[in-house]
Amino acid sequence: MRSGATQVGHALSARELAAAEATAWVDNPAPHQRASALAAARLALARDLRLAFRKRGQLVQPLAFFALVTMLFPLAISPELARLREIAPGVLWVAALLASLLALEFLFRDDAYDGTLEQYALSGQSLTWLMFAKTAAHWLLTGLPLALMAPLAGLSLGVPARALPAIVAAIAVGTVVLSLIGSIGAALTLGVKRSGALLSLLTLPLSLPVLIFGARATQLAVGGGPLGPPLELLGALAVLGVTLAPLAAAAAVRISLE
Amino acid sequence: MPAQTLEVENLHLWRGERHVLRGVHFSVDQGSCLEVTGANGSGKTSLLRTICGLMLPEEGRVLWNSEDIRRDLSAFHASLAYLGHEPPLKGDLSARENLRYWIGIRQQVHADALDAALARAGARAWADRLVRTLSAGQRRRVALAGLALLIVPLWLLDEPTTNLDTEGQQLVGSLIADQLARGGTVVAAVHHPLAAGVRAVSRLELPP
Repeated sequence: MRSGATQVGHALSARELAAAEATAWVDNPAPHQRASALAAARLALARDLRLAFRKRGQLVQPLAFFALVTMLFPLAISPELARLREIAPGVLWVAALLASLLALEFLFRDDAYDGTLEQYALSGQSLTWLMFAKTAAHWLLTGLPLALMAPLAGLSLGVPARALPAIVAAIAVGTVVLSLIGSIGAALTLGVKRSGALLSLLTLPLSLPVLIFGARATQLAVGGGPLGPPLELLGALAVLGVTLAPLAAAAAVRISLE
Repeated sequence: MPAQTLEVENLHLWRGERHVLRGVHFSVDQGSCLEVTGANGSGKTSLLRTICGLMLPEEGRVLWNSEDIRRDLSAFHASLAYLGHEPPLKGDLSARENLRYWIGIRQQVHADALDAALARAGARAWADRLVRTLSAGQRRRVALAGLALLIVPLWLLDEPTTNLDTEGQQLVGSLIADQLARGGTVVAAVHHPLAAGVRAVSRLELPP
């Protein structure tokens, strides 16, 4: 079956045609300068940060979760510091992993719903850069605050004060990787209703290396050992993630928009 | 340089079991407007999204300046503006902030150009209110202010007059007329014919 266009209204008069030709786009470069990819990414980042501060409830949720979980352990296991110190690395990392997962569901959901992602995809800008900006905003709003809160949680678990800077660094780098892995998962599950469970299933296995190296680095920091190797591995994962994850997330967003 | 034309060749699109677009075929020349009409569910939105390159047709292709859009999708995107049936606005940002981010990601926006566009759309008075406090018609006007800023060759509009009062519908007409006068092209999915003042209109009716 074929539907053809039929001409209604009037055709262009000769005068109008001439006018149209005189103002053809090729002769008349767009009066507006295109924004560079970097400027676009900066705006996308600024937009997400501004939105997050308008919806503080969502912002506080993962942090409150992290604080609660780490505070519950001393109550549930024993207030004995030596014992807590032993489990502290595991507790800190499992709590950080779950807290960062908790915030992931919101990463693209609103943008997909209100058509922002569509506009990003049709902006003619690199979607990879825009996804990178969104992930960076996500990290600034969850990973970084988690890392900054870690010393408090660490102290309540009997971690010695000298280990705290290393723990902050490890959690900061580790959450970069978690945000990046999560951005792929969140983009892939955009078309799914109530995607929370699927999202966890998808991202948790990929997050295991972060959990293992992060917990190991924290353990070494608490015990006073050399924590270079696991921290370096975390850093390597972060570099790998920064280079590849936005590409994958952009491809996944394009697929889910179809 | 050849004049820019949008050509759609024998487009077939399936969504699951449904054959949504069944051999749609048309071309729109520079400086003219195509109205796409059809019953609800006849595939107007799918057609626009396929032209954008958001949906991949099973058969057929879309040509812009005689070149398949899939050869350089991002260059094609840079020369089009797509306005879906929901304005792409954030409820927790003001109208002005929304436009600054939405349009700014594509092109540099100057504050006075932004003000002028808001004034033209009759949205100046509520430009600094959060969008979620605005009515559907007011939101539509904010989106139209954004459209007025997007000086690109091809506009793809999905139900641009939804929720608008009579004066708002005339605004859509005058925006489209401006776009045609500067040598742009418009494809609009509509329920009601566009306001008078839009000339060089052809019409495509999608079968139900």
